[in-house]
Amino acid sequence: MKFLQRFFASGTLFIWLAGGALACSLLLIGGLLTIIFINGMGYFWPKDLVQLTLKDDTRVLGEIVDTQRIPETVSADFPDGHSRIQLKVGNRDVYGLDFRWVDEADIAQRTWPQDVIAFERREWGNFYGWVTEVWDGETRLAQGREIEWDVWYPFLEQAEALHRDIHHIERDVIGAINADMERARLNLKVLESKGEISQDSADILQREIQQREAAYQEQIERLVGLYERLNRYRITLVDVTGEERIFPVGGLVKAWRPNAMTVWDKTLMYVENFWNVLTDEPREANTEGGIFPAIFGTVMMVLVMSVVVVPFGVLAAVYLKEYAKQGLLTRMIRIAVNNLAGVPSIVFGVFGLGFFVYAVGGTIDQLLFSASLPNPTFGTGGMLWASLTLALMTVPVVIVATEEGLSAVPREYREGSLGLGATKFESLIRVVLPCAMPGILTGLILAVSRATGEVAPLMLTGVVKLAPALPVDNQFPFLHLDRKFMHLGFHIYDVGFQSPNVEAAKPMVYVTTLVLVLVVLLLNMTAIALRTRMRKRYAGASV
Amino acid sequence: MEIEQNFLEQSMPLVKTPGAKPLRLVVETRQTDPMKKTFVESQMAQHSLTDGPAKIVIQDMNFYYGTVQALKCVNMTVPANKVTAFIGPSGCGKSTLLRCLNRLNDLVDGARVEGTILLDEENIYRPEVDATDLRTRVGMVFQKINPFPKTVWQNVAYGPQLQKIRKRAILDEIVETSLQGAGLWDEVKDRLHTSALGLSGGQQQRLCIARALAVNPEVLLMDEPCSALDPISTGRIEELLHTLKERLTVVIVTHNMQQAARVSDLTGFFLLGELIEFDGTKKIFTNPGDSRTEDYVTGRFG
Repeated sequence: MKFLQRFFASGTLFIWLAGGALACSLLLIGGLLTIIFINGMGYFWPKDLVQLTLKDDTRVLGEIVDTQRIPETVSADFPDGHSRIQLKVGNRDVYGLDFRWVDEADIAQRTWPQDVIAFERREWGNFYGWVTEVWDGETRLAQGREIEWDVWYPFLEQAEALHRDIHHIERDVIGAINADMERARLNLKVLESKGEISQDSADILQREIQQREAAYQEQIERLVGLYERLNRYRITLVDVTGEERIFPVGGLVKAWRPNAMTVWDKTLMYVENFWNVLTDEPREANTEGGIFPAIFGTVMMVLVMSVVVVPFGVLAAVYLKEYAKQGLLTRMIRIAVNNLAGVPSIVFGVFGLGFFVYAVGGTIDQLLFSASLPNPTFGTGGMLWASLTLALMTVPVVIVATEEGLSAVPREYREGSLGLGATKFESLIRVVLPCAMPGILTGLILAVSRATGEVAPLMLTGVVKLAPALPVDNQFPFLHLDRKFMHLGFHIYDVGFQSPNVEAAKPMVYVTTLVLVLVVLLLNMTAIALRTRMRKRYAGASV
Repeated sequence: MEIEQNFLEQSMPLVKTPGAKPLRLVVETRQTDPMKKTFVESQMAQHSLTDGPAKIVIQDMNFYYGTVQALKCVNMTVPANKVTAFIGPSGCGKSTLLRCLNRLNDLVDGARVEGTILLDEENIYRPEVDATDLRTRVGMVFQKINPFPKTVWQNVAYGPQLQKIRKRAILDEIVETSLQGAGLWDEVKDRLHTSALGLSGGQQQRLCIARALAVNPEVLLMDEPCSALDPISTGRIEELLHTLKERLTVVIVTHNMQQAARVSDLTGFFLLGELIEFDGTKKIFTNPGDSRTEDYVTGRFG
């Protein structure tokens, strides 16, 4: 009895409980990150291709994706049962599906052919097989399974350069022409509607539009030429069942022979794949290619939000803490601010749509961009409205953290400053706010963490599945806050749940998730580093 | 509380006339109040003792934190170019009185002042007096050592910069003379642009004194400046007081009676918000007029 009493009084049980709770949380977080990390990073590794010969003599070629035990096969002879293997067989245009399950019991033989080639294509996903013919237009350059890599691979490298040119013309050159043409067209429309137009200026504008039209046609012709060159060289590919397909080399992204590659080759390719995902634009309904526009959109949205939320939150907190008379009203405001932080984000999304997009944006359109109506400029979702909505959502966090930071500034600093003849305002600017800076940055860190992972309000205020252009480019005025943008969080939802080929998109979901986590980490680390510097500067050795 | 207040108002009419008030008048006012006879006597004695011009005259000072009265009808005259010490147990109101002298209590919620404080015969509680201007004339050094988290140079130049002195050469000169005035120059002249928080405790407190000197005040208030310092640092600051009083008037609050005996010319003893006795330091410590003072200075208090 005494022993039990002493045991409870000693707190040993409580310490174990507390430690257990912490361990549990860490385990869950660690498990989550590990799963994301392994699945995300595994995507880039060029896996070997296995050729299976089944007992009915059909052959299957692909990468092993998954292995599952079949419970029904457990018997006295096979206590473990046997497994089925999921293969990524690619060749979607030939088989209709990318994936196939094979029962282990049906396999007669497994081989790893050294010469098998994996192709990444711009359409239809991967192709696994061999090159049998190389074509230049209608002339055949080579034939047979032993065709050297050097015969056709240079064409692939050429095609890459051609694709870069095409991309440049389509986005930058034609984009600039279109922007100029639109400007001229709007000028003309405005002048006409005001009735102030003289024949001369109308002619000038008309001529300008025609010039642009001509320039546009010229670029289109250049494009046609480039596309012809892209489709000039073709190769015939054969799959493991003997089916043949002819493809233009320009339709391929890259080709590699996984079974013949050394670990070093694979590592190089791994790094290259990773880099490509970070820097490329998406293809195939976002399930392939890169996620650069989503990374860019996420980071930029968070930065714009930070620029808005910090001054607003700090000013509000300063008034609430330093100037407002402390009483029932300020207490109620404080409670309201705290509660605002708990409002579901979709509510902010609806508010952002109703207030920012329709009310504010619609008014701006009528006042400043009436010429382009009924096409909305600011009266539709965009970077600016999404950032403002998230700023509104996170401003309570900054207010609360700033207030805490202000409370933590020792009274002696304020009095020391006042004692030297400073006004309250001067003390605030020169001593109190710099000392509260670490607290303000804590608020920013929390705001950034919350905003980066937010998706629901963005879907209403400016995020899209595929944005044709980044919010920053070389067209005047270079920063286009009215444009819609892509976002990593929405990308996960879209690729994972809205894509026509969910199984093939799965790795992309993990990769996007991993990148999103990394982006949050990076943004937070930056703010934390800044805060540490501030702390070092403002919190020194106390006596 | 209310009864007490009424009593105070009836028995001690507040001096509400703004502007200069000669010292003589205080003595006359006091003579109408028989309760404070010993005080008046001591004040007159002190006046004859110091014989210098009065710098600060406190008249019928009452101070309230909300409904709590922290100072009860304090009257005293602080002579110029002397060190005046306030002693007394914790919570006796000596720090409150000190903070009233540069109106630092203005910012405390619910604080209320009755009576007048004359600085060079001018009431500092008149509405047209700007408290920030006043604070450049009446500097302060705090119990909690509080150099700003800036460099040594920035700390000292803080006050002059507030007065819109921008020229680097002038600021440099002010910084140097102020640090020399606080006896710190030789120790920090090579590290003016490093953080003040890297200095030792004693150096930091002398930096705070230099910072106060930089705005060239007429009065320096010190609120237990040595309570966090070791004896050697304390000794240096006490030495400093002897030189400082040639330039300005010093009022120091201290818990340490030996310190008061060592550094001050006059000492006031406070108890429960009342000024019990105010006289030459020698007299207070050797032959106090009030038995409570005697109990306190001899350690028999309570």
